[in-house]
Amino acid sequence: MSIATLSRNTSPGVTARKLLAENGALLGLLALALTLFLITPDFLSGPNLLNIGIRVSTVAVLAFGMTFVIVAGGIDLSVGSVAALSAVVSAYLFATAGSPGLVSLLAGLLTGGVAGAVNGVAASYGRLPAFIATLAMLSVARGLTLVISDGRPIKTAPDVSFLGGSFGPIPTPILVMVVAGIVAWFILNRTVLGRSMYATGGNAEAARLSGLPVRRITVVVFALSGLFAALAGLLLAGRLDSAQPQAAVGYELDAIAAVVIGGASLAGGAGRISGTLVGALVLVVIRNGLNLLNVSSFWQQVVIGLVIALAVGIDVMRRKTRS
Amino acid sequence: MTHPAVSSIPELDVARPLVTLKNVSKSFGPVQVIHDVTLHVRPGQVQVLLGENGAGKSTLIKMIAGVHQPDSGQLLIDGRPAVLSGTRAAEAHGIVTIHQELNLVGNMTVAENITLGRMPRRLGLLDRSAMRRTARDALSRVGLDVDVDTPLGALGIAQQQLVEIAKALSVDARVLILDEPTAALTAHETETLFDVMQELRSKGVGMLFISHHLEEIAEIGDTVCVLRDGGFVAEVPATEDEGELVRLMVGRSIAEKFPSRQRSQNAENLLQVVGLGSRGKFKDVSFTVRSGEIFGIAGLIGAGRTELLRAIAGADPHDHGTVTVRGTALPSGNIAAAVRAGVGHVPEDRKAQGLVLDASVGDNLGYATLRSTARFGLVDAGGQHRRAREIAERLRIRMHHLGQPIRSLSGGNQQKAVFGRWIMAGSSVLLLDEPTRGVDVGAKVEIYELMNAITAAGGAVVMVSSELPEVLGMSDRILVMRDGEVAGILASDHADQDIIMNLAARDTAEPALNQA
Repeated sequence: MSIATLSRNTSPGVTARKLLAENGALLGLLALALTLFLITPDFLSGPNLLNIGIRVSTVAVLAFGMTFVIVAGGIDLSVGSVAALSAVVSAYLFATAGSPGLVSLLAGLLTGGVAGAVNGVAASYGRLPAFIATLAMLSVARGLTLVISDGRPIKTAPDVSFLGGSFGPIPTPILVMVVAGIVAWFILNRTVLGRSMYATGGNAEAARLSGLPVRRITVVVFALSGLFAALAGLLLAGRLDSAQPQAAVGYELDAIAAVVIGGASLAGGAGRISGTLVGALVLVVIRNGLNLLNVSSFWQQVVIGLVIALAVGIDVMRRKTRS
Repeated sequence: MTHPAVSSIPELDVARPLVTLKNVSKSFGPVQVIHDVTLHVRPGQVQVLLGENGAGKSTLIKMIAGVHQPDSGQLLIDGRPAVLSGTRAAEAHGIVTIHQELNLVGNMTVAENITLGRMPRRLGLLDRSAMRRTARDALSRVGLDVDVDTPLGALGIAQQQLVEIAKALSVDARVLILDEPTAALTAHETETLFDVMQELRSKGVGMLFISHHLEEIAEIGDTVCVLRDGGFVAEVPATEDEGELVRLMVGRSIAEKFPSRQRSQNAENLLQVVGLGSRGKFKDVSFTVRSGEIFGIAGLIGAGRTELLRAIAGADPHDHGTVTVRGTALPSGNIAAAVRAGVGHVPEDRKAQGLVLDASVGDNLGYATLRSTARFGLVDAGGQHRRAREIAERLRIRMHHLGQPIRSLSGGNQQKAVFGRWIMAGSSVLLLDEPTRGVDVGAKVEIYELMNAITAAGGAVVMVSSELPEVLGMSDRILVMRDGEVAGILASDHADQDIIMNLAARDTAEPALNQA
């Protein structure tokens, strides 16, 4: 076919559909926000928006880490448990072993990184499916959390509590989320590691045969996920001023949902940090809206589940029409 | 072995086609893919559909198979207008397609795959012995000798394809559409397929056959329908001269099928393989490739050619022997070291092993240089883009722009992109596994010219190929493998198809010819 024939593919209908397909989540979010505002004007009030911002920061940070894993073709079911474990380790070192605040903060982050690296080694060199490896870590990390904390909440170090406070008028969690988002975006888009994640998730064998160190990349990807999970865990603990052994139970599902709603493919090779942020906002805005409408939290869970199914269904259809 | 070109059954009404597409046109959105094409499939005859990639062959056969409906024009079945709402409707008319991309389930057994969708039952339960019988009967018709309880994934690509063909034959098709069935078959397996087609011919089955192998057309075809850019060019007898067929297909003559090479006189040893062995796959392989040489590796499927190539590339570890590039020994199973030493590997299956289909053309071109051109871990985006554009132009990769997903390119252009990745990396030893499989005539010649350019610049090419004309036409020397061992190494001037086939398939233990 001549090049002239090939170039004829840009009619206005095609372009509009393409725009919709690539930004569907964002348009959905805006439509959602508009609808909620029309129903309850309180939705767009200052306090409520701050509330949304604080709640979304934990989910978003968790989901940024999850984005790496999903882009690279894996999945991480352990992030909720790792978040709690990191916070508990940090608080334990401060409260019991008397470590300085900053050290306990860093120790918490390190815990997450190490747990993630263990996942990564199991999934790459150990050749376990990521699902199984991280499912095991979900249990192990939660168990360790209970062991270390003896089942009781521990007071956090001031450096961690600071994360839950305010920087002037802006809540710190929101700032942390923004910084984390920028760092995640930078890694995914500008670094060799980030571009290698797309290759690994798109076709790991082709990536390997091109000379990319696929197993090493996998370990780093999961370590990053663990690191971001630790950060999310510390944010959560900072808001409550204490590390709870049962914190973040089930948060991995929100993280995965946010990434998928944001347009990533669970098969790997596609996904963006901006999309993940939108996905996290969609989840939090829905919950927030339902709260304002006094819908019971039991029904909220049903709604969230349906939204996830809808988002994935749309994604599957989009991929089918493309190929 | 030649097959009689015209059906010899007098009572068959050769005048009335089984299926006719009459003056059909088809567009997808703003792009017109087929324009006013007329195509017949006659009973007991093989109609060959010929054309470059992108000429519209796929779309045409999909219209006969019920996947698409023509925008204008008619589909006639047995002379009567028909509208096929889908593949089931086509199958109800006895129209079956053998796809290029196999439609088989890897986890299920051969018997289960063959009877998929119509598994025999007894008293409500699966009748496994009837299933096995049906499967064995089907397999015997294609000459495949495999246990029907073998999981399909355990068979090689060529054998899987024969199962696909057996499956279609066992439902007694009246019209059989074969979309590049011989692309992954050896000469021997192709002969088996042609035998089966001959049997079908005598039963009055009409066949539509797509292939890029011009020499097959004369052997098995009756008539050839040539397409170019979605339009009908001509219907000619299959005995038409090859050069003329190419001219009809491409619109210009391709002067030589295998562009002329200057056989190089250079002495530098680029690649040295000594005593290479991998348990269960191949053993005791030794050869040297000089700068400027094309070294062909021939042999039957299962002889260990791909395994040997992968071991040299570092894709698989090996147990014995050494691989040395320009005097540097490569550690076993280490792709990164091989790449650094200048080795480039174009794998056998570009979709599964060579390309990241959802990624862009530019990304795919850049994978081998992503790390080596990075600064402080950051991608050299501008440089990578620039280099990719240069390579795409030089290789004449047909696309809109570098950012489009590579899955939208034709097979030949995709293959050029995999090559391009290694050219970008400056590879001097290229390991190619079936470099022109599934690639149309025009792109094939471009790939051959590329191989010549690499060797003219001082590089070397090691090429595994099942197409003997290609091996003979392009290689300087040829290594023939048999059952995991070297059967012989010959200069290509001293070789022909018979000599190679004898080495590849010999039963008796005679001393191997060794004239390198």
